[in-house]
Amino acid sequence: MSNKLNHSMSLAKPDALDITTKQKVALAIGIAGLFILTLALLNTDFPNKGLFLSLSLGLITVGTILYSREAYLTKLEGIKNDGQWFKSDSSRGVWGWVLGIILTGFYIVLYFFEELLGLGQGINGTNTGLISLFDPLSQLLSGRPASQWFVYGTLYTVAILAFGYKFMLKYRHNKYQQLRTGSVMFFQLGFAFLIPEFMYRMNSDLPYYDLKNMWPLNYYNFEQYRVDSFINNGNIGMALLILGVASIFIISPFLTYKYGKRWYCSWVCGCGGLAETAGDSFRHLSSKKMSAWKLERWLIHTVLVFSVVMTTAVIYTYLGYDPDKYWLTREVFLISIGAFLTIVFAVIMIFKRNELGKDAKFGAIGYFVVIGLLIAMHFTGTTEQVFFIKAGALKSAYGFYIGSIFSGVIGTGFYPILGNRAWCRFGCPMAGILGFQQRMFSKFRITTNGGQCISCGNCSNSCEMGIDVRHYAQKGENIVRSSCVGCGICSAVCPRGVLKLENDSMKGRINPTEVLLGNDLDLMELVNQK
Amino acid sequence: MEHIVIIGNGISGVTTARHIRKLSDKKITIVSAETDYFFSRTALMYIYMGHMKFEHTQPYENWFWEKNRIELKKGYVKTVETTSKTLHFADGDTLQYDKLVVATGSKPNKFGWPGQDLEGVMGMYHKQDLDKLEEHAPNNKVCKHAVIVGGGLIGIELAEMLNSRSIPVTFLVREDSFWNGVLPNGESEMINRHIKNHHIDLRLSTNLKEIRSDENGNVKSVIIEETGEEIECNVVGLTAGVSPNIDFIKDSEIETGRGVKVNRFLETNIKDVYAIGDCAEQHEAIGNRRPIEAVWYTGRMMGETLAQTICGNRMQYNPGHWFNSAKFMDIEYQTYGWVFSERSKQDNEAHFHWKHEDDTKCITVAYDKNTSKFLGINTFGIRMRHDVFDRWLTEKRDVDYVMNNLTEANFDPEFYSHYEAEILSAYNQELQTA
Repeated sequence: MSNKLNHSMSLAKPDALDITTKQKVALAIGIAGLFILTLALLNTDFPNKGLFLSLSLGLITVGTILYSREAYLTKLEGIKNDGQWFKSDSSRGVWGWVLGIILTGFYIVLYFFEELLGLGQGINGTNTGLISLFDPLSQLLSGRPASQWFVYGTLYTVAILAFGYKFMLKYRHNKYQQLRTGSVMFFQLGFAFLIPEFMYRMNSDLPYYDLKNMWPLNYYNFEQYRVDSFINNGNIGMALLILGVASIFIISPFLTYKYGKRWYCSWVCGCGGLAETAGDSFRHLSSKKMSAWKLERWLIHTVLVFSVVMTTAVIYTYLGYDPDKYWLTREVFLISIGAFLTIVFAVIMIFKRNELGKDAKFGAIGYFVVIGLLIAMHFTGTTEQVFFIKAGALKSAYGFYIGSIFSGVIGTGFYPILGNRAWCRFGCPMAGILGFQQRMFSKFRITTNGGQCISCGNCSNSCEMGIDVRHYAQKGENIVRSSCVGCGICSAVCPRGVLKLENDSMKGRINPTEVLLGNDLDLMELVNQK
Repeated sequence: MEHIVIIGNGISGVTTARHIRKLSDKKITIVSAETDYFFSRTALMYIYMGHMKFEHTQPYENWFWEKNRIELKKGYVKTVETTSKTLHFADGDTLQYDKLVVATGSKPNKFGWPGQDLEGVMGMYHKQDLDKLEEHAPNNKVCKHAVIVGGGLIGIELAEMLNSRSIPVTFLVREDSFWNGVLPNGESEMINRHIKNHHIDLRLSTNLKEIRSDENGNVKSVIIEETGEEIECNVVGLTAGVSPNIDFIKDSEIETGRGVKVNRFLETNIKDVYAIGDCAEQHEAIGNRRPIEAVWYTGRMMGETLAQTICGNRMQYNPGHWFNSAKFMDIEYQTYGWVFSERSKQDNEAHFHWKHEDDTKCITVAYDKNTSKFLGINTFGIRMRHDVFDRWLTEKRDVDYVMNNLTEANFDPEFYSHYEAEILSAYNQELQTA
């Protein structure tokens, strides 16, 4: 018998899990806020835009806060997942699909039809519609009119703050979750939203720069116009450029070694921030099938290779030939990239080959051969274009397919269908790099507590990255997976206290066992030896 | 090729099958009348509460069985004929085996209460019980009130389940405090309060007299033995313990007591017939353990052991230090070593008890009052490391050592408040005044 799959579209479901009257009021308040945005979208020209914008964002925030307080503060502290697979919006029911279609539509308009949002549609190129509603706030922060990205950034930040508050209430018994959520809220509000606007105010020649958003997630960071304006803006510009490079080669490897990729993915990153807060209600929808894991491994590493190739090609095109003018010539650059990749490849193959799965080995060798060959072809061939393709074409293809469609439209638009981390899991090249390092060189693991697992499946069910956590826990084996973002929810929902995220020594981190703790010592030795 | 037939697709039977496959090429068949595939019984509650769907309680994807050449047969075994090594199924089918493993688990106890077989009366053990609960208690309109009889681990889980759908619950417990046949008083009383904080009507020292029916044979109410009070209800959950599910064996040659009688090698009196898990009964209890251990972990351990025996490495079931865990509503419980309740503890066993002021965390440490040897710990609301306590028990540490090194055993998530200092100072104070 199927359990409660009779989704009802009625707001007054004949069901004990129905929301309370207070929650309905809160919902109405939030919808009123969204309604103002909808009116603006439909070109309503509000008289006092600042007032109506504040009203709209205020109502959305207040509605979410009231709703969450009623949902969680009326109950004792503890795990609050009752009915998540019954509710239509969080179990791919009708409301889930409706929400998915609305979000997807929003992203398509945002990326490809910004004029529909009113960008520059007024007299003399002023904004109209939804974007004009946000003009007062943009003027206040940076002294320029709003763009579609400013609108998006504002809504994004409001979502992380409001739903972050909700998440903190949901896990109010769990300090790790509270601190982590406070962290993503802080980085979104400060680093992603306010600081770039203030930086523009101080020096409008600097490119927009979310300091925590590093390459390759920020795949355009080393394009010519950005690098030029970094270089042309004195010490601050150079500092930003150095930060951009140091993030990749020093800061992130160090932090990932010490804490695992969670320091970024679930404490700092903006995509992660939205997934952990607004996306929390959808985390259990990620597929835990073996087939999904296989797809994930190919897809995410392919995107990573694509981003490396694209960035290399883009930088190559604006470098010069003459070493007397500047030491970093095209040739030096390509040789450096080739050397760096070779060193990484060699170190892995020498020290870590036993930890690689068969397909991972084939994949690594395959990709390395492709990159090596392409670079070799450049030096032997006559073509002006690295990798045979025009860098510009590569760049726009990456921007379109990966930057817009994958990370935005699918990554966030499909939250209610694929779960809240589809982009992070299948696409994000940053997660690919950090995950690779987490699997190979990091102190981080999820420790399994001896033989206490009862295979209930709460951990796997709530893993937003689709890791079958139970597969390891029921064998008494620690979880060391490249995709784990360290959100800690598996540990929180475990009813038997089996899982703990921790940073310890590299030795004994991966500990496959056949017979679990609690059984005859001789038997454990006998079976676990081989 | 030798054919191993396992009756029961729970943790014991499936563990046996998996380990036999790792060790050999034997033909393996698992028989079950309950479900097509192995699922985690302990997770049934989460399906009703909407945390998971049934498929999520299955630890292996459906292709796993074929890939590992473990055949699955759905059917109810009616009789076992050990001379011809044949199983007879309820539908008339038969199956030949070379070696037979009985791993049929438990069934809920019924103590002959009037009305115990009415519509709306159920245990909470099998998948079918869950289906029945979904039918009789889908929400608080259909089920206006529920009564649970029996204050053990399943009883409190059923209370939590019904509570998740806002169905008012009256919880009848025979003992004068929840599960105090197992838990020391301080812990048991804390759980009493926690149950009441969830607005569950907990009735201690209360027995069921009878269950009354309406004109259609459905549950209408229960009558309390002590007071004669009638409580109207639509569902009655019987959770007064479990007993081995072995009725189909009673007429065979296989020796049974309460369970299937086995020796330390998990062998029955009949050659090539073994029993493991909840349904197996040791001739003599092992250490402080009960002859029948109806626990997830022991079922798994017996499965690990029996697979060795079946594959030619005859081995005794020789469990290590006792451990267990559970969750009482929002409070997690773990135990390592032996901590007995006041009712069953021996003269030399002394306890140190600490409880946090928020009334959701406490520990009880048991030690030998003559030798100071550490005997075991119960911990509520604080997670502890299994391997650390296992090691300390093997090393026969004394209680002072354990109390002074408690931080090493802490397994709570990062950034959680630590209570070891508070616990230690309470311990030192108590020992000085004692």
